[in-house]
Amino acid sequence: MLGAMLHEAWQAMGANRLRTGLTMLGMVIGVGAVVLMMAIGQGAQYAVAQTISSMGSNIFVVLSGYTAVGGVRSGGGSAPTLNVADADAIAELDGVDTVAPVHWGSVQMVHGANNWNAAVNGTTPAYLDARSWPLAEGHSFTDSDVRAATRVALIGRTVAENLFGEEPPVGKTFRIGQAPFVVLGVLASKGQNLDGRDQDDLVVMPYTTAQRKVFGTAFQGSVRQILVKATSSEAMPALEKSIEALLRQRHRLRESADNDFTLRNLAAVADSAAETARVMSMLLGAIASVSLLVGGIGIMNIMLVSVTERTREIGIRLAIGARQREILLQFLLEAIIISVIGCLVGLSLGVGGALLVGYLTKTAVVVSGSAALAAFAVAASVGVFFGYYPAHKAARLDPIEALRYQ
Amino acid sequence: MALITIEGMSKSYVTAAGPFLALKQVSLSVEPGEFVAIMGPSGSGKSTFMNLLGCLDRPDAGHYLLDGQRIDALTPDELAAIRNRTIGFVFQGFNLLPRMSLEDNVALPLVYRGLDRETRRARAREMLAKVGLDGYAASLPSRISGGQQQRVAIARALVNHPRLILADEPTGNLDSHTSQDIMTLFTALNAEGITVILVTHEPDIAACARRQVRFLDGEIVEDSLTPRQENALC
Ligand SMILES: Nc1ncnc2c1ncn2[C@@H]1O[C@H](COP(=O)(O)OP(=O)(O)O)[C@@H](O)[C@H]1O
Ligand SMILES: [Mg+2]
Repeated sequence: MLGAMLHEAWQAMGANRLRTGLTMLGMVIGVGAVVLMMAIGQGAQYAVAQTISSMGSNIFVVLSGYTAVGGVRSGGGSAPTLNVADADAIAELDGVDTVAPVHWGSVQMVHGANNWNAAVNGTTPAYLDARSWPLAEGHSFTDSDVRAATRVALIGRTVAENLFGEEPPVGKTFRIGQAPFVVLGVLASKGQNLDGRDQDDLVVMPYTTAQRKVFGTAFQGSVRQILVKATSSEAMPALEKSIEALLRQRHRLRESADNDFTLRNLAAVADSAAETARVMSMLLGAIASVSLLVGGIGIMNIMLVSVTERTREIGIRLAIGARQREILLQFLLEAIIISVIGCLVGLSLGVGGALLVGYLTKTAVVVSGSAALAAFAVAASVGVFFGYYPAHKAARLDPIEALRYQ
Repeated sequence: MALITIEGMSKSYVTAAGPFLALKQVSLSVEPGEFVAIMGPSGSGKSTFMNLLGCLDRPDAGHYLLDGQRIDALTPDELAAIRNRTIGFVFQGFNLLPRMSLEDNVALPLVYRGLDRETRRARAREMLAKVGLDGYAASLPSRISGGQQQRVAIARALVNHPRLILADEPTGNLDSHTSQDIMTLFTALNAEGITVILVTHEPDIAACARRQVRFLDGEIVEDSLTPRQENALC
């Protein structure tokens, strides 16, 4: 029975190939768009999640302000308001896991014929821990390197490639100005940060070395930022308050005075980035769903036309004993076949398109089996949903009225 | 017991000029194995009556007992089952499905009866052979003549072994030679014991039947038994 009906549905569709094909095309485009957009949206979410995990988790960044002289901010020449002693004091607070003061700048480096300009972060060995940043090769510097301001450095992947090319960098030296620096280790690659900057284009060294031997800072012991890693995300709200209170007290700020530092919760930044990606992903999906809906309406439209065209045929079938549910099933089957085939084609085109987009734009696309399954389920239900009304209409025809139809 | 008992059956149509009474309190009884010709001028209500007999339409009033079963109260699906098994309907315009092979056309009532593919094939071929179209199983209806199409339609009507064949001007679209073939077929079927009721304009076709019922303006005006005549076209 069902076999005979499938056969008939197939024949009916074959009798009007162009129309069947165009109706299917509506579904192909709808499903293809949904799959493609979901892949791009999920890819964006995945990329953001990757970046967020590369920032290190549960991190505060305390940025220094500058001392105001006579109410005028005097810019680069004045001392940063944060110093290493502030970092040490923060380390004593409850809920703190690791603290790393950071002094940064940018320098020109030379190795043989190679020149490279990169950011230098002068800090303590705790920095790698705070940022959950392992070394790919070599070893880190130590606290005694910090005390002695030795000329040692860890370099990022980008710096290593540009300065040393194919050579293994560990143990080699590069120069800043005339001074030689020994490469102790190479940082594991982290890729871009949320702003799209290359995090691997970086040199890390003891802050003492950076201040005394690289930048020649006038204000020894002052730092531009302090990285604070909390023990857990639950500890962060309380810690944020206590860091602020501690620094205000240490900087002897009056009740009415503004903070002379900025406290940024990277987790909050990350959350909002993730939320943005999620919303974008949903928006893409919603827009694509509209085309799926249009495809479904196309099926309904064609099925209505088909029912009208085949009224006489329906009359004949009823006259020789077809029951209402058999007529219903016949038209429903056609709608479902159209939507399922359209869906399969759309699915493969969508996946192919997603991979192509990923390849061409070098962005992440995520084709998940569950998304494909969902698209398939939706397409089948679209077929049933939009095919039901025309099929119902066909099934409810009066035999004699249908037979009289010309 | 009568195969068909009809009492006080009326049917009216809605027209632009208001309701039109096409059938007025008609009563008729047909015994199993009868061969009835229904005659009358165009517009006298013959087709209306046949459609009611064939359970394709519902009367406004009256009772219809078919094979001891009351038809008035049945659901659409119960009526479908009767059309499928008890009645075989033959139309003036053949009403074959144009995209299907002759075999599939003949087998279609068996699909709705729920029989399996092999049985359907065998029965359809058997019926095609019975109407003299053995070699045409795979042909499409458009490839054969009107007379052959009507034979296929008769094969389809017979495929479920109905007790009753209803034919509304089955030779209306055919020339007299082909008509004679069709009438010979009906006569043979009647000889097998199948009750045949057919509508016709032509006296020499009506002469094949042993009973003639004449309609005029929605009423039966004559109901006579005549022995088979010499001029009969069968
Ligand atoms: N669907 C219909 N709507 C309105 N009037 C109809 C319809 N079918 C038949 N009639 C009218 O009912 C009368 C009987 O028609 P019909 O039964 O077809 O007559 P016959 O078959 O004897 O020629 C005719 O006058 C015809 O015009
Ligand atoms: Mg008529």
